[in-house]
Amino acid sequence: MRIVIAKPGLDGHDRGAKVITRVLRDGGHEVIYTGIRKTPKEIINILIDEDADALGLSSLSGAHEVLIPKICEEMRTSGLSDVVVFAGGIIPEKDHSLLYDSGVRAIFGPGTYSETIIDFLVNISQRKELGHPTGVGEEIGWFWD
Amino acid sequence: MKNESDLLNLAINGDRRSLGKIITKIESGFEPKISVQKPWTLGVTGPPGAGKSTLIGALISRWIKMGEKIAVLAVDPSSPKSGGALLADRIRMEGAEKSESVFIRSIASRNHPGGLSLFIGHMINVLSAAGWSKIIIETVGAGQSQTRIVAFADRILLVEGPDRGDVIQAEKAGILELADIVIVNKSDIPNSNLAYDSLNSSLSLDKNNSKITRLVSAINGDGIDDLLSLIDKCPVSSEREILRQKERLLSLWDSRLLSYDGLNILLYELSAGSISLNEAVDIINKETMRH
Repeated sequence: MRIVIAKPGLDGHDRGAKVITRVLRDGGHEVIYTGIRKTPKEIINILIDEDADALGLSSLSGAHEVLIPKICEEMRTSGLSDVVVFAGGIIPEKDHSLLYDSGVRAIFGPGTYSETIIDFLVNISQRKELGHPTGVGEEIGWFWD
Repeated sequence: MKNESDLLNLAINGDRRSLGKIITKIESGFEPKISVQKPWTLGVTGPPGAGKSTLIGALISRWIKMGEKIAVLAVDPSSPKSGGALLADRIRMEGAEKSESVFIRSIASRNHPGGLSLFIGHMINVLSAAGWSKIIIETVGAGQSQTRIVAFADRILLVEGPDRGDVIQAEKAGILELADIVIVNKSDIPNSNLAYDSLNSSLSLDKNNSKITRLVSAINGDGIDDLLSLIDKCPVSSEREILRQKERLLSLWDSRLLSYDGLNILLYELSAGSISLNEAVDIINKETMRH
C-alpha cells in the first residue's frame, strides 16, 4: 500500500510518526512522510499527487478533535472518499467516537504493538477487495477495535 | 472505477487526482499512447545527504514565480528485504510544495528488473502532456540503475556535498561523465571552497572538459539565481546526449533480459556448468527475438 503519514497542525512531536513510518516500511509498504506542521489543504494535495491508499495522522497536541474531522471532510469533498484514515498519538478515549464518526477507521494509542498496525492494514486490504466500506467517505460504522 | 483511457484524458485536461492515479497505473505496467513535444527534463543526482531535495526546493520556488509549472519525480530505493520504501524527499522541498504549480510524486524503485526504465519515459510524457513545463527527476547517485534513470533527463545536474571524496565516488559510478553541471552545495559550511577547488582540479585533468561547476548554498540561496540561469541556458551537448542514449538503451536491455521467462533455468544450467556463458547469451537472443 502507499501510505502517507502526516502531522497536522502546530504539533512538533514527531518521534512517534517516524517510528510508525519505519514499522510500515519494514512491513512492505511504501510510506511517504510529510514532515511536521501540515495544514489540512497541504495534506489533501499530498494525498492527491501521491495517489495514496491510506493516511495516518499523528497528533499529540490535543488538536485532534478539530483537525482530524476537518481533514476527513476535505478528503470527501476532494474526491478522496476511498482513502483509508487512521490516527495515532495522544487521543483520549472520550474523543474516539467523534473520530470514528468522522470516518477514521482505527486509533492507535501509546503501547500499541507494531504488529497490530500491520494487521490492521492487512485487514483493510481484505475489506477493500471484498468491497466492504473502509474509505473515509464510505459508510461509517466499521472500525478496528 | 474509471478505465485507463478515461483517466488519461482527465489527467491531460488538468485533473490532478486522475494524474496521480495514472502514474500509479504506469507503475504497474500501463503504457499510455500519447504524442507530445519534447518535454523539458532535468535530472538531479548526487550522494545521499548532498542536499538534492533542498536544492530542488530552492530552484522550484524561483521557477514558479516565473510562471513555470514544475513536476518532480523523486525516486527512492525500495528495501530489498521487505519491499517497502521510505519516501521522504518532499520534506526538504518545504515551501515549494505549498504551491498549486508544483506536483511532487515519490516513486519507490520497487526492485523492478532493470530499474524504472520502462516507466519513467511514460511518466514524463504524461506530465508534459498535462502541461507541466519543467519535469525534474531526482535520484540518489548510488548504484547503476539509479544512474540510468537520471539519464532519461536531457540535462543533468550533479550535486556534491562539501566533504571531499564524493566526487571520486560519482566518478566511479559513471555519473560524472553524464552530468552537464556539477555543483558543490552547502557553501555556508566552512572549507566548502576546498571541495570546490578539488572538484575543479580533478575536472581540469580532462582537456576536453566542458562541464560547468559552481559553489552554491541551497539553504541560504547563495548562487542559486546564477545556477537557475545556467540550467535554463544549458546547451544539450551532443557528446553527452550519446552517452545518455547509451544508458537508456542499456537500461531497457537489462530490463528485457531480467524479465526473460527462462532466466532462472539458464542460471541453474550455468551454475551446474552444463552450458557456457556464450551459449546462454545465444539462447536468450534466439528466444527474445521471437517476441
